[in-house]
Amino acid sequence: MNYFDRFAIPHGDPLIYASMVAIGLTVIAIIAGLTYFKKWGYLWREWLTTVDHKRIGIMYLISALLMLFRGGVDAIMMRAQTSIPDNTFLDAQHYNEVFTTHGVVMIIFMAMPFIYALMNFVVPLQIGARDVAFPRLNALSFWLYFMGAMLFNISFVVGGSPDAGWTSYFPLAGNDFSQSVGTNYYMLSIQIAGIGTLISGINFITTILKMRAPGMKLMKMPMFTWTAFITNAIVVFAFPVLTIALLLGTMDRLFGANFFTTTNGGMDMLWANLFWIWGHPEVYILILPAFGVYSEVISTFSRRNLFGYKTMVASIVLISFLSFLVWTHHFFTMGQGPLTNSIFAITTMAIAIPTGIKIFNWLLTMWKGKIKFTVPMLYSIAFIPIFTIGGVTGVMLGMASADYQYHNTMFLVAHFHYTIIPGVVFAMLAGLTYWWPKMFGFMLNERIGKWAFWFIVVGFNVTFFPMFFTGLNGQARRMYTYSEATGFGPLNLLSFVGAIGLAIGFALIVYNVYYSVRYASRNISSDPWDARTLEWATHSPVPEYNFATTPEVDSIEAFWDHKKNDRPIFADKIETIHMPNNSGWPFVLSCVFFVWGFSLIFSMWLPAIILTLVILGFMAYRSFEKDDGHHISVKEIEETEKKLRGVS
Amino acid sequence: MKMDHTLPLEYRSEQNQINIVGFWIFLGAEIMLFATLFATYFTLVNRTGSGPSGAEIFEIGPVLIETFVLLTSSFTIGLGVHAMRIGRTKAMMGFFAITLLLGLSFLGVEIYEFIHYVHIGAGLQISAFTASLLTTLGTHGAHVTLGLFWGLFIIIQVKRNGITSATANKSFIFSLYWHFLDIVWIFIFSFIYLKGMM
Repeated sequence: MNYFDRFAIPHGDPLIYASMVAIGLTVIAIIAGLTYFKKWGYLWREWLTTVDHKRIGIMYLISALLMLFRGGVDAIMMRAQTSIPDNTFLDAQHYNEVFTTHGVVMIIFMAMPFIYALMNFVVPLQIGARDVAFPRLNALSFWLYFMGAMLFNISFVVGGSPDAGWTSYFPLAGNDFSQSVGTNYYMLSIQIAGIGTLISGINFITTILKMRAPGMKLMKMPMFTWTAFITNAIVVFAFPVLTIALLLGTMDRLFGANFFTTTNGGMDMLWANLFWIWGHPEVYILILPAFGVYSEVISTFSRRNLFGYKTMVASIVLISFLSFLVWTHHFFTMGQGPLTNSIFAITTMAIAIPTGIKIFNWLLTMWKGKIKFTVPMLYSIAFIPIFTIGGVTGVMLGMASADYQYHNTMFLVAHFHYTIIPGVVFAMLAGLTYWWPKMFGFMLNERIGKWAFWFIVVGFNVTFFPMFFTGLNGQARRMYTYSEATGFGPLNLLSFVGAIGLAIGFALIVYNVYYSVRYASRNISSDPWDARTLEWATHSPVPEYNFATTPEVDSIEAFWDHKKNDRPIFADKIETIHMPNNSGWPFVLSCVFFVWGFSLIFSMWLPAIILTLVILGFMAYRSFEKDDGHHISVKEIEETEKKLRGVS
Repeated sequence: MKMDHTLPLEYRSEQNQINIVGFWIFLGAEIMLFATLFATYFTLVNRTGSGPSGAEIFEIGPVLIETFVLLTSSFTIGLGVHAMRIGRTKAMMGFFAITLLLGLSFLGVEIYEFIHYVHIGAGLQISAFTASLLTTLGTHGAHVTLGLFWGLFIIIQVKRNGITSATANKSFIFSLYWHFLDIVWIFIFSFIYLKGMM
């Protein structure tokens, strides 16, 4: 391919040119707006350089929601394309790119940051800490993720998107079959974001191990913190495998190595194995924090303590262990023989046991509870039956011999959406609504929230339930169209209608944010839900230093016992607080990573080498930097506390 | 900052302890990283295509030098940390410098080896075996290279500031990193070279 042709879009579609114009106009509007309102300094001082875990959490949240809409547009385009037989809305190449980016964006650039948004905001508060263990690395994690996501998102206007599926199986993803730079984007943008995630994993494990409030034993941690802890342990063990897989894939594509080729001894199945040794634990990285959110929400709104705390902890530990032993179930049909398939079928089905324990614990928490049907609680209640359908169809897919019938059909697509959407998306929406007042100091409107909930739950089922039938009838996934004679038409049209319902639901959530920002009362207490864990013991919104004095804990629900049984958790005497300084280097370094990734994608070697040296230079400079943070004086704390108490 | 004076210098402040715990977790991730590389290597070791096999290209001489040099460097950095604990700044800097020189000679031999491999037709693009061999060795070598700079900067800081709670913490963490690289090399030596030559 001619060098400059690589920068061109492989197929000029009016939709893509329209997006190019839209991206250009948005960038101009943002720059003009920031200049007109003189917000550059504010943006730099308060956000781009912040190391505050709460602000980083909010930035993760905004990026996750943006990516939700990008991935959602891809989804609508796919459902529109297949809504009627022989549709010509998208051509085959464009459809390939759309389903590939939908998968990558939703898993890696939407679900992961959404989870880290809640973890960042909530975990230090729940354990009574002032910040995470390494605040600057936390900022670096966010910016690396953000730059990775942006790099991935420019792919469709510069050089073309990846088109080999979100699993990027070789040899399809190799140079012979994927000739555009799309798969280079896949390899490098996920690599950059993945390094950020790995750093986060190390950071949160250290935070939870070393920075808990006095008296908070491991078995007294709130359930969300427990799930965050185990999730990050999975991150630390799973993400290095992805790092290497992507590295080898990059070497194949850029340097002509032979890891995954079908000549010179390369082995394409090695990619499938490495990818899923990361990819399957990734599924549990997504679901475990969701379980944590549901545990908090269900016990708060059932007005009961969580049933079976210890078995909950034991089951998440067991799930995290089993999650590493099942990866082969993603390719039962790719020829590893009956013995291997049987072993992996059994370990797969074993995961249903600890998950079932958790489902029963939630049901028993609600049993005899006084349930309040708030928006977060509605999502949690809807989650249980829908997720169970996803789990049961998962066991169906886990039977290796039966899997030969319906692997790679829409049945599979329906199954994993039935686990991931109620599992992750519902949980994140529940957590978002639940912790919103803590983040911003006002509540989201319940009425609009319930409308959104019903659109999303009904829309979701209308979209994905028909796929179980079309899948069992033989509709393959990833097919850009089908003939009328197959009879798939009506059910696919129904799916499209459901997708529109989902889109309306998400639009209502955006409207809810807008409406609540304008009209919601700012006069809420620090504990508007009458909740049970430590984050509700400080003001809403939370001051920079989280807690004026470090809390002391002696039970699982320290704050609840404090409210109901008058147990003291805060000492009276305020002392100076030590806080980390803001820093610009995580942002700047991540920008360098962005350009570095871009240079490699297009094989621009000279800039790539120079930027590698710049990155190393940054690290060298950083190793000499001396920064001991700053102190907040007692007087300042007392003033802040007085002001916040006046409001709340 | 709270200080517990019964502990060694590198553990003394709360932030120091957090740094060390964080670094151990990082090493856990590094173990997974190298484990994946080894798994890849063992999967591809016999898939040589039309290129040479390990037995045809491995030579014991340079590998023995590399092993001897790197194992010695792990010993000298131990002496360096010991000198640091008893407050002997000069001895500590000396031992760290010796460690880095040994690391540098390791790297020199490895670079010679790489050039040799490419020269005799075992470059990156030849086969799945050569690609996985060079990637595994290269990743270890890149770690050593990074360590050389890291160690150099620590020596400079100790020279400027003396042995303080902060520099002791950095030096101790660096010594963990260096020992880890040595352990990885032992695996490379035993399971890639010795097994490959048998």
